[in-house]
Amino acid sequence: MANPAKPMSRALQRREDVAGYLFMLPSLIFFVGFVVIPMFICIGYSFTDANMNSKTNPTTFIALQNFIKLWGDKTFLAALRNTFVIVLVSVPAVCAFSLWVSSVIYKLHSAALSAFRCIFYLPVVTGSVAVTVVWKWMYDNYNGIFNYVLTKTGLIEQNINWLGDEKFALWCIILILFTTSVGQPIVLYVSALGNVDQTLIEAAQVDGATDFQVFWKVKWPQMMPTTLYILVITTINSFQCFALIQLLTEGGSGTNTVMFYIYRTAFKLTEQQGHFGYANAMGVVLAIFIGILSAIQFKLGKEK
Amino acid sequence: MKLGNSARSGTYKAVSVIILVLLAFLFLFPLYWIVTGSFKTVQDIYATDPKFFPTEFTSNNYERLLSKRSAPLWELAVPFSSQLSKDHRPVYFSVGPTVPAAFRWLVNTVFMGVMAMILTCITASMAGYALAKKRFRGRGIIFALIVCAMALPKQVILIPLIKEISALHMWDNIWAVIVPTVGWPFGVFLMKQFSESVPGEILEAARIDGASELKTFSTIVVPMVKPGIGALAIFTFINSWNDYFLQLIMLGNGSNYTISLGIATLQSETSIDHGILMAGAALAAAPIIIVFLMFQKYFTQGITMGAVKG
Repeated sequence: MANPAKPMSRALQRREDVAGYLFMLPSLIFFVGFVVIPMFICIGYSFTDANMNSKTNPTTFIALQNFIKLWGDKTFLAALRNTFVIVLVSVPAVCAFSLWVSSVIYKLHSAALSAFRCIFYLPVVTGSVAVTVVWKWMYDNYNGIFNYVLTKTGLIEQNINWLGDEKFALWCIILILFTTSVGQPIVLYVSALGNVDQTLIEAAQVDGATDFQVFWKVKWPQMMPTTLYILVITTINSFQCFALIQLLTEGGSGTNTVMFYIYRTAFKLTEQQGHFGYANAMGVVLAIFIGILSAIQFKLGKEK
Repeated sequence: MKLGNSARSGTYKAVSVIILVLLAFLFLFPLYWIVTGSFKTVQDIYATDPKFFPTEFTSNNYERLLSKRSAPLWELAVPFSSQLSKDHRPVYFSVGPTVPAAFRWLVNTVFMGVMAMILTCITASMAGYALAKKRFRGRGIIFALIVCAMALPKQVILIPLIKEISALHMWDNIWAVIVPTVGWPFGVFLMKQFSESVPGEILEAARIDGASELKTFSTIVVPMVKPGIGALAIFTFINSWNDYFLQLIMLGNGSNYTISLGIATLQSETSIDHGILMAGAALAAAPIIIVFLMFQKYFTQGITMGAVKG
């Protein structure tokens, strides 16, 4: 324990093993039982035509048929496209916005700093259901605040059915997702900016660097690990965008996402043969996509 | 040159702060709209020119919300009775008085949050300590598995989890929401980060003094990682409170609902009654916002520590 490089005697190693596993045990029961086992169930069922009610429909192994079917499933492909639109728009927007906000607020008086940090975090805390319910009203076709303000200021001529129109619905959802996503990155960036090596900044300033140069040449490289972490968590969050879709549009008007389609396939399309296995196959595909994206982000981050 | 520079950066800063204040108001607006909306009269709510402030305050929305459904305030089941009874229904030994269902949903949600919080803190601080300080064999593999699971989208696991939970006859039971929350390995990861900072010499000294493993943990390690436990507690509580998807798939019966799920159901039943929905949203959001504001400091700390790479 004092020096891990020094080989331990066998008795000591035994002691460490026993103590280590006893301390791990309570956590492992929950972790293995409710995370690791479902992971394997998911992979296992993705190769079968399982149904929610296995008594009436016996499960059979169908190898890769679910995955082949996915490739030709127009609904799935549209959902995949929408999911990527959400990720590609919201991830850069969230990162850029939170970086800008943090760079402005981290130097403010500590009371102002925590007030701002708190306000931008509130939409996360409020919870997706409460947030969605109020945004639904704000987007309302007849008595929503958006239509009122925009027609009054003359920006639009007629009321727009925001959530019912394919041109707008997905963007409306991205906007809500954005407001509920920036909280955590801001907290992280503020603390990262506070941890930047002050001597380097002073040295750069003595050499006559502008604020802008100090930011990009000195602070930005040092914040790379934080940026990387933010990219990964925001990507995962955007991929999982579910409550907004379920409560606002039920996947209608061109807002179906993979996560919502998985839910619908697993629980709503119960009359369909093999729907449960099919939903799990989609889950596996989604996990693979997220895995690949995270790996790319890590690789890019490491190189810089 | 230097002077011009700083003057320009001064203006930039002032303009940015003004924009930020405006943005802050926009971010607060939905909350403001929930609170004022919940007190508005029907006429105000359906006015085509929205009233930015209620012309008249009414508690009518709350009254209608509370009278919509009712449920017993609590139903305490004999532990494991649903696993053992013939029809897999739980056997209740105590049932509370009938109250508006929204109160029952709040009781359920608080119970869920508190249980998830306590269990997560206990299991995660023990496991985090072991991973940080114990050189047991297989430690590397377990830690790798934990990191992999964290990068995995949680919701992908939740669909197959349904199969497991129904096989255990736990479906539509608040524990079905609690156990996956406790299993989520973020807490272990966080507590490992905090436990790394406990000096090995102190642990060594305790061992030489003959303190047992459990005693070392509870009297030396726990006090030193207290900020971490605080952060994890508040983090788990807020996350489980807001984990709508998990609640949606695990709970099926009106009286076992959480408050989020209850409001969501109200929305699908009464999609046009914004008054009731705003009252419900206020009821669902107020407790968690208060908790957040009270423990904000720990929360910020937890988020930051979780990001430091291990």
